[in-house]
Amino acid sequence: MSPHGNPEVPASSASEVIRGAEQVPSGAPTPEAAATETKAAATTPASENQVPSIQPAVNHADRGAWGLWEVFVRSSRGLSHVHAGSLHAPDAAMALRNARDLYTRRNEGVSIWVVPADAIAASDPDAKGSFFESPQGKDYRHATYYTKSEGVKHL
Amino acid sequence: MSPETTTGHGDISTGVAGGDSNASATRITPGNALRPEDIALEVRTGLAKPTEDVAEYALRLGDDALVLAQRLGHWISRAPELEEDVALGNIALDQLGHARSFLSYAGGAWEKSEDDLAYFRREHEFRSVQLFEQPNGDFAVTIARQFIVSYYQFELYRRLTESSDETLAAIAAKAVKEVDYHRDHSAQWILRLAGGTDESRTRMIHGLRLMWPYVNELFQDDDLTQRLAEAGAAVAPSSLREDFDRLTGDVLQEAELEVPDVPAAPGGGRRGKHSEHLGYLLAEMQVLAREHPGASW
Repeated sequence: MSPHGNPEVPASSASEVIRGAEQVPSGAPTPEAAATETKAAATTPASENQVPSIQPAVNHADRGAWGLWEVFVRSSRGLSHVHAGSLHAPDAAMALRNARDLYTRRNEGVSIWVVPADAIAASDPDAKGSFFESPQGKDYRHATYYTKSEGVKHL
Repeated sequence: MSPETTTGHGDISTGVAGGDSNASATRITPGNALRPEDIALEVRTGLAKPTEDVAEYALRLGDDALVLAQRLGHWISRAPELEEDVALGNIALDQLGHARSFLSYAGGAWEKSEDDLAYFRREHEFRSVQLFEQPNGDFAVTIARQFIVSYYQFELYRRLTESSDETLAAIAAKAVKEVDYHRDHSAQWILRLAGGTDESRTRMIHGLRLMWPYVNELFQDDDLTQRLAEAGAAVAPSSLREDFDRLTGDVLQEAELEVPDVPAAPGGGRRGKHSEHLGYLLAEMQVLAREHPGASW
């Protein structure tokens, strides 16, 4: 399973179920043996989850395990990085390279950041009202609300 | 001709610096770089004309890149992930760009266009070495071929930037940065496939064993390269071997792989002797242009 909690791959993906099934030997196993096999198959994904998220060498057996990364591109010096999109990659080094190939093909950037998608905490879209509507109508929070005092220079 | 005197599109960027809404991450600027069209124009107007020897040499390098581009193009929609589709596609397009530049220039000696050379020569007239035409195999086989090709091309183009032939030097200067990235791409995958699962490691070792017999041919000198190397226009292939061995050796060592101990293939691609695979590749590549001569698409 993806260490980054790729939302496109459910926690118990079909491939893992199939992989678990393959571990059961053919023929009729004794109930005890079958139970052991099932337990072994069930514990495998859990232990894989403890693999650190960023590793130089990957150890994912199935390609569905590639994590989701968010890509930020800076188009030129002096500008900030802007979210460009997302991609799949097995680790940070490959995510950077994939980002280069996917999002800077037309000379868009001078710098790239990649961030594991699940490392981003996002505001709740349903809470838009309580989060963002409060500043509306509060003109006094803008500098232009105030009239310049007489005799103050350099404003 | 040199990169400095070459005029490209110029910057048609519509973005405005200053952190406003125009500061898009996807704005389009083609930038300034040597393009195959620039070389074709120089050849047509007589500004650049290769000698017979230089044209033969450019034909070799162009054929290498063209055959590889065709091979890599086959991966589109077939790579392990969409992201890798694009990565291999980008590399294929880089190689196609190099091929177009070299073939446009070579054609100047014989009044032929890049299309004449690409689509209307027969198998025995192609001068690519046999490594480039080897089938893609699985992903590891393709990475093994990319690994050898990119480390070879990087050493070649790096030295060719010093060529006394200004057009060759300019093409190499553009190509060397792109091939540097191809090196990185293949090395990253060598490390990951070798250090991944038992299956991926087995396939990586298999891929290297399949491709390594064709390494030898890359570094063989002949009369043409000797004449050109003495004139300072080309690079003697044998002079690249030491750096190639050292740098590929470093990567293989880091991946805990061994340099495959396999006998060398007979070679002969530079004389038009190819493996059984090139004919099929050319048939697919050339069929449309031959079926509909002069068609554009």
